[in-house]
Amino acid sequence: MASSNTEPVIIVEGLTARYGEVTILQDVSFEVYRGERFMILGGSGCGKSTLLKHMIGLIKPHAGRVVIDGVDITRADEETLHRVRSRIGVLFQADALFGSMSLAENVSLPLAEYTDLPPELIREIVRMKLGLVNLAGYDNHMPSELSGGMRKRAGLARAMALDPTFLFYDEPWAGLDPVTAAELDILIRSLNEGIGTTMVFVTQELASIFSLGQRVIMLHKDVKGIIARGTPQELRETSSDPRVNHFFNRQAD
Amino acid sequence: MPEMNHRGYRLHVEGAPGAQAAVRLEGRLALEDLKALMADLQAVPVKMKPREIAVDVAGVEYLDSAGAMALIEMENLSRSLGIPFELLGVSEKDHGLLCLIDREALQRPPLRPESERPAIVVRLGEVARRQYRDVLEIMTFVGELVAALAYCLVHPRSIRWEEVKFYMKRAGADGLPIVALISLLLGLIMAFMSSLQLKQFGANLYVANLVTIAMVRELGPIMTAILVAGRSGSAFAAEIGTMVVNDEVNALVTMGFDPIRFLAVPKVLAAMVVVPILTVYADFFAILGGLIVGITGLDLTAFTYIQQTKSSIRVFDFATSLVKAVVFAMLISGIGCQRGFQVRGGAEGVGMSTTSAVVSAIFLIIVADSAFAIMLHYVRH
Ligand SMILES: Nc1ncnc2c1ncn2[C@@H]1O[C@H](COP(=O)(O)OP(=O)(O)OP(=O)(O)O)[C@@H](O)[C@H]1O
Ligand SMILES: [Mg+2]
Repeated sequence: MASSNTEPVIIVEGLTARYGEVTILQDVSFEVYRGERFMILGGSGCGKSTLLKHMIGLIKPHAGRVVIDGVDITRADEETLHRVRSRIGVLFQADALFGSMSLAENVSLPLAEYTDLPPELIREIVRMKLGLVNLAGYDNHMPSELSGGMRKRAGLARAMALDPTFLFYDEPWAGLDPVTAAELDILIRSLNEGIGTTMVFVTQELASIFSLGQRVIMLHKDVKGIIARGTPQELRETSSDPRVNHFFNRQAD
Repeated sequence: MPEMNHRGYRLHVEGAPGAQAAVRLEGRLALEDLKALMADLQAVPVKMKPREIAVDVAGVEYLDSAGAMALIEMENLSRSLGIPFELLGVSEKDHGLLCLIDREALQRPPLRPESERPAIVVRLGEVARRQYRDVLEIMTFVGELVAALAYCLVHPRSIRWEEVKFYMKRAGADGLPIVALISLLLGLIMAFMSSLQLKQFGANLYVANLVTIAMVRELGPIMTAILVAGRSGSAFAAEIGTMVVNDEVNALVTMGFDPIRFLAVPKVLAAMVVVPILTVYADFFAILGGLIVGITGLDLTAFTYIQQTKSSIRVFDFATSLVKAVVFAMLISGIGCQRGFQVRGGAEGVGMSTTSAVVSAIFLIIVADSAFAIMLHYVRH
């Protein structure tokens, strides 16, 4: 179900990303539309996580800008940035759960910070969120007591705690069994269609790219930028670039 | 009775107690108004007590998971009060969202109850058991460490000398400035304080004896050991602890390395070499401090002070101080590594192990020093 909405809410313009003297991305531009499921693809080490970190304002770009909902986050002051961040949920590649807090405490942290809800209501929301990711009952477990896939799902529950307008996922399917991955697909689709959350994924998971991806861009190390854009089907069927074909057909370069 | 408010949603309730209640919702049912929304919705079954409830959500423009939860909670509450409940005008996308929410999960208690403070007796028992386990673990570790050291002694080629050099620099050379500074100040203070007393008896010269004997026999090794425990014992624990948390130690094991031989032995060897050297430096700088006070405050010449110092040092004292330093080094580095290997959990565990490494090291240093004091007393006589 392709979204007909083409109002851009995340605009990346001429973004150049560097670590020290090493340029990872050079002059990258693209837009994400409201309510769509947008995917960033590419081989390992081509700078997908780097791009994501720039899009959420964790790293300031060397050049270019990132606009989220009309706010240029590369130039915004702390207060504006704080406000924008309260509407963003992020699932990091490493789950980034706080090891010294139980799952319930992890999920309730943003709720306690950004809302004035009473503790009982927060507890109830936490229970609902954990139920959403199939972790009902694990409220008082510590992250170190869970499996990798469970931690990933708990990270997602925390990212969704505030029902954010924008959700960023870095490799959400990595480490999940096929059944859980398919369940995650359903969850993501319902959140996206039900609430209208704008979603940006970094992924290499072909199955999910085809089941969820609406528009994708593909990065490549050699050009330090985008080598293809379009729907997953378009790229698979019509692209003449061998690097794109290899990716979609799971072949060695 | 229609009802308006300044929230993102509008609520119209029609009906009377005992009759059917028709609730109409419009606008945004979202997290920011959740508190008011829950209160409004739950008031219908609780306060009005109608015969049945029908909620029309056709006018809802935005529904997030918190809003969906409020609707489900209202349904659960009505049902539990025996009031039939119906949701009307649910759009397809909202239906998807409502289906996602696991109704059971909202009510199910956690698999594990929230931890509460146990009774004092239980806690005492826990502490005792933990201490017992701790002692056992330390014993096991000491055994493994000694075995690993013995193995390395027989197979010196298996020692990672590059690592040993690295930690010698870290624990030794890099620690020299602070050891030197503190010993110098210690020497100055000891000489100054004792000179105030000794001057009264015209025994200025004996300041040199006092500083030298106190420093060489007791304070030199202890001060150095405590500084090394704070600088390096903690670093060892944090380094190994972080490796445990990141599965790096497991990786070593699967690659066929003995983590103790690989990680602990270089650190222990390095400490055993540098702590005695640091101790000699500490003695030297303390004596220098005493010399400064002697020359500037007590009208002694450098020559007499040094002569007096020389005559008060006994080779035996000097040798035992080095032996002590080696033993302290083993205790500090050993407990540092052991606390590191003991880490469980995450960042918090690393922090606790670091603290524990320093505290345990200082404790062991003091205990060992007392043992030395008693032993040496009998050896000397
Ligand atoms: N903090 C950093 N400092 C220096 N270089 C970095 C840093 N983080 C990443 N890099 C480099 O930037 C490049 C892109 O890294 P990035 O993590 O963005 O890749 P990725 O596309 O997310 O890969 P993967 O799919 O494996 O997660 C890599 O070559 C990496 O070596
Ligand atoms: Mg990455």
